[in-house]
Amino acid sequence: MPILSIIIWLTIIGGLAVLFVGDQRCRPIALAVSVVAFLFSLPLYFGFDKNTAEMQFVENVAWLPSFDINYALGVDGIAMPLILLTTFINIIVVISAWEVIKDKPAMYLASFLIMTGFMVGVFAATDAILFYIFFEATLIPMFLIIGIWGGPRRVYATIKFFLYTFLGSVFMLVALIYLYTQADSFSIAAFHQVPLASGAQTLIFFAFFVAFAVKIPMWPVHTWLPDAHVEAPTAGSAVLAAIMLKMGGYGFLRFSLPVVPDASQQLAWLMILLSLIAVVYIGFVALAQIDMKKLIAYSSISHMGFVTLGMFIVFGALDNTVEGDVTDHAALGIEGAMVQMISHGFISAAMFLCVGVIYDRMHSRLISDYGGVANTMPVFAAFMVFFAMANAGLPGTSGFVGEFMVILASFKANFWFAFLAATTLILGAAYTLWMIKRVVFGEIANEKVAALTDVTRREKFMLGLLAAMVLFFGLWPQPLVDVMHASVANLVQHVTISKL
Amino acid sequence: MKLLYILTPLAPLIGAIAAGFFGKTLGRVNSHRITIAGVAIAFALSLIALMKNLSGDGAVFNETIYTWMVSGNIKFEVGFLVDRLTVVMMTVVTSVSLMVHIYTIGYMHDDPGYQRFFSYISLFTFAMLMLVMANNFMQLFFGWEAVGLVSYLLIGFWYKKPTAIFANLKAFLVNRVGDFGFLLGIAAVLMYTGSLNYTEVFDAAPALVGKTMELIPGAGWSVLTVTCICLFIGAMGKSAQIPLHVWLPDSMEGPTPISALIHAATMVTAGIFMVSRMSPLFELSETALSFVIVIGSLTALLMGLVGIVQNDIKRVVAYSTLSQLGYMTVALGASAYSAAIFHLMTHAFFKALLFLAAGSVIIGMHHEQDIRKMGGLKKYMPVTYWTSLIGTLALIGFPGFSGYFSKDAIIEAVHESQITGSGFAYICVLLGVFITAFYSFRMFFLVFHGEERMDQHTKDHLHESPSVVTVPLILLAIPSVILGALTIGSMLFGGYFGDAIYVAPAHDVIEKVGQHYHGPLSFVLHGFKTPALYLAFAGTLAAWFIYLKRPDIADWFANRFSFIHKLLDNKYGFDDFNQKVFAGGSLQIADKLWNVGDVKLIDGMMVNGSAGKVGTLSALVRTIQTGYLYHYAFAMIIGLLAMLSVFIFTT
Repeated sequence: MPILSIIIWLTIIGGLAVLFVGDQRCRPIALAVSVVAFLFSLPLYFGFDKNTAEMQFVENVAWLPSFDINYALGVDGIAMPLILLTTFINIIVVISAWEVIKDKPAMYLASFLIMTGFMVGVFAATDAILFYIFFEATLIPMFLIIGIWGGPRRVYATIKFFLYTFLGSVFMLVALIYLYTQADSFSIAAFHQVPLASGAQTLIFFAFFVAFAVKIPMWPVHTWLPDAHVEAPTAGSAVLAAIMLKMGGYGFLRFSLPVVPDASQQLAWLMILLSLIAVVYIGFVALAQIDMKKLIAYSSISHMGFVTLGMFIVFGALDNTVEGDVTDHAALGIEGAMVQMISHGFISAAMFLCVGVIYDRMHSRLISDYGGVANTMPVFAAFMVFFAMANAGLPGTSGFVGEFMVILASFKANFWFAFLAATTLILGAAYTLWMIKRVVFGEIANEKVAALTDVTRREKFMLGLLAAMVLFFGLWPQPLVDVMHASVANLVQHVTISKL
Repeated sequence: MKLLYILTPLAPLIGAIAAGFFGKTLGRVNSHRITIAGVAIAFALSLIALMKNLSGDGAVFNETIYTWMVSGNIKFEVGFLVDRLTVVMMTVVTSVSLMVHIYTIGYMHDDPGYQRFFSYISLFTFAMLMLVMANNFMQLFFGWEAVGLVSYLLIGFWYKKPTAIFANLKAFLVNRVGDFGFLLGIAAVLMYTGSLNYTEVFDAAPALVGKTMELIPGAGWSVLTVTCICLFIGAMGKSAQIPLHVWLPDSMEGPTPISALIHAATMVTAGIFMVSRMSPLFELSETALSFVIVIGSLTALLMGLVGIVQNDIKRVVAYSTLSQLGYMTVALGASAYSAAIFHLMTHAFFKALLFLAAGSVIIGMHHEQDIRKMGGLKKYMPVTYWTSLIGTLALIGFPGFSGYFSKDAIIEAVHESQITGSGFAYICVLLGVFITAFYSFRMFFLVFHGEERMDQHTKDHLHESPSVVTVPLILLAIPSVILGALTIGSMLFGGYFGDAIYVAPAHDVIEKVGQHYHGPLSFVLHGFKTPALYLAFAGTLAAWFIYLKRPDIADWFANRFSFIHKLLDNKYGFDDFNQKVFAGGSLQIADKLWNVGDVKLIDGMMVNGSAGKVGTLSALVRTIQTGYLYHYAFAMIIGLLAMLSVFIFTT
């Protein structure tokens, strides 16, 4: 059974169907589509052979044979968890929009469903052109979501978002075409094997870098994200943070590291530098925010710093052997980066949904408009504090796992890398919990807060589902990490072999 | 055995979940019943574990419960190590927790957050048990941060109070500074030993002697010293050592039962426990030990001094806790780990007693905490009075009381220690004895003796607290008296800890102190030959004279030496400094990075700037595109002319 195709096309066609049934009946159908898509993605996990780094659930249909472009899908231990995350978050998104979106709900839900299909396509594509098409296609629904249902400065935000990410991926297209001329195929696996000269590698590295660094985003090409988040509707922010950013991280793992390992090694210092700037600089910037969504957006960028750090620490960790297997810490870094991506998917989505819950009631994102929310919304306060703690990387929540792994791994490369990365313990707690103090705790700040009503059953269900995931992977990350081993080990092995 | 050990932390967890999630349905009474039952089970199981360990076989239990994660061939596990050190901690934690649970029924009686409170303290008990029972660094860190979380939740329990939510944020952040160091220490351990399991790490540790790492290019630092100091920074946060002590006094904003349980008896001693657990590492680095002993002695002395000028009943006890934690840290630095744990144990009981007694006074005084507005409470609150007296005597180290044995052992051990800094530490701990007696009895006299300074309304309603409050006081008073004499023989000099604590032969000060040990009675008698005892008496006498006989002396002193008084009153300016430099400085950096870095440079210049430049350029080009045919024709002719002239002149 072509599971991957089913998931992709079920959501896309399901999205179109939702569009046709109209605003009245769109909600249950959208929910059904998202749940079925998620159920179809479950066999990817339970039927996954974790002992091999080979692509699984592969599908391959010739598309443009003259250029060796194929409709080729497949997953390994790196892509599979991201697909599950995507289909899972999709359900949450549909639930979150249930009563909230009153303006053109069918179009809204259809955009999300179609986008989910595209995003699954990004993670499942094993052909570079197919990857590129999905990668670009995700922009369109997101563009519409922010542009139609967004806040007052949505036009500025959408243009910035679109130009930024589009500009980035143009360079990637050039790189992909060049790689085709070298490998005579658009298969990503062929790209991994093709030998490349040093100069070419450097150019390709930067072409990929521009595309993925903008997407994830890395400092200093990050400023589109806070604007996009602030203007996006709640679910848009949630998907943007939970899934779309991960396409950048995934790109680094799928393209940069294995396709140009030598350039990656030479330029690892740059990536590490930018990652650490993201952790420290952005951590401070988050502290200065007065808008909750902006604060969480900056917190996302800071957390993504751990993803890129974990990936590019590999070379340092390999160089600096002291005890144990050479690849131990290198694998730890990459797996840490992966765990951080998945975990951030749950936590950032939850944080944005939390803000959405009170935004729907108060129509303000400004921290100063709040205060003492715990008095009127005790259950909500419990959720918010829980997710804030996860965001601050408290052990027992999934937020801890990735950061912990990356810090351990980077210590091996250099003490000061670990030192700077570990400042997130303080900075992350400071900006998150300070916000909590001002929003959730304290006396009731004004009449609007006094009139708040606690979370509805729908909201409780949605946040509860996310809380369960955060807690589960915090207490037992093994099921998540276990499936990655073979693929990550293969990747680490691959990057150690020079392509020159 | 495994099941028993799994059940020990699980029982309070189940109680916490029940009271936390189903508190409304269960109601108040059932909530406290179920949580108390959970903790009581944990206590009973801890006692069984203790008995098993004492009954000779003493087999160390060290097993994995489940594999948390395997990554890059590095195993991260959740597992228990139950040895003689662990069982002491388990018993202390569960017994004090049980007393506090019972006490809470009375103290929080009218609070709307009753169930939530019980849920939190049971959750704390679970986290603390996980911490002390861990057999690896990761789980230790788990428990470490989890108790920090509960501490955060409990300090801010009254979340409407601005001071409470300020204090809990401060506590969490300061602890995070400590955890920052702790995490780096753990990373160092993993890197150099390839494992996080205690046994494996300790086995690999001796091989690291002499190994160096370069933190600054060119300068080699001993790996063990760096690791131990990083780990100790974690202990400094949790066990509130200078300069990371600032959160503990503020934590008194939380309800009194948790001040007793978390911020006196158990959580704050986690750092002491951790260093004792890491003794096989610390023993290998004398530099780290010196660092520990100096930090400890500074805390012991300086925090005691601040205790003298405090007027809030809970803050006096809080500063006393800081000072006592300093004593324990000094013991660690002197390699007298068993003395540190011994003092930790006796202190847990008498300090919990003092806090709960203070809580009883606060109930009686209708939530008045200023000792200047108390006085003469002796006749109104006899049980509180006598139990407080016992607690105070134990604290100042009155001969025969439990605190006497533990504190004297520390002082003797420091006296014997040869480590750099031990001379300084000896002076500090001796002066500390006088100061401890002085501030303790200052508070005691001001609260229970002398003239009654409260208003008439309060006085009319003064009465002894209910029995759910006084019974725990009495139950805690018993170990405060006898525990020291009972256990000193085996715990300190009987080699009770066995392999649980490792002391290098050259550092073994307890062994030297033990050479003069011939039973608790002779230990007491020996005390009469040492300065410590007389200093304690002198402190008591001075407090009596100044605060009961001649109250004017205190005022005269405060005026005459106002700079000292001011210095102590400002707590040496740590708070102001942190507030200005760290909190204020961070916000300023944040503001600059945001407004200049992101808004002006990146967005203003690079992003919108380049968009603007494109705009300007196109505007410029647009002016040429006039649409008039003759303009274009004219431009063509000029161009043609120019090309022709170039062609002509160059050939």
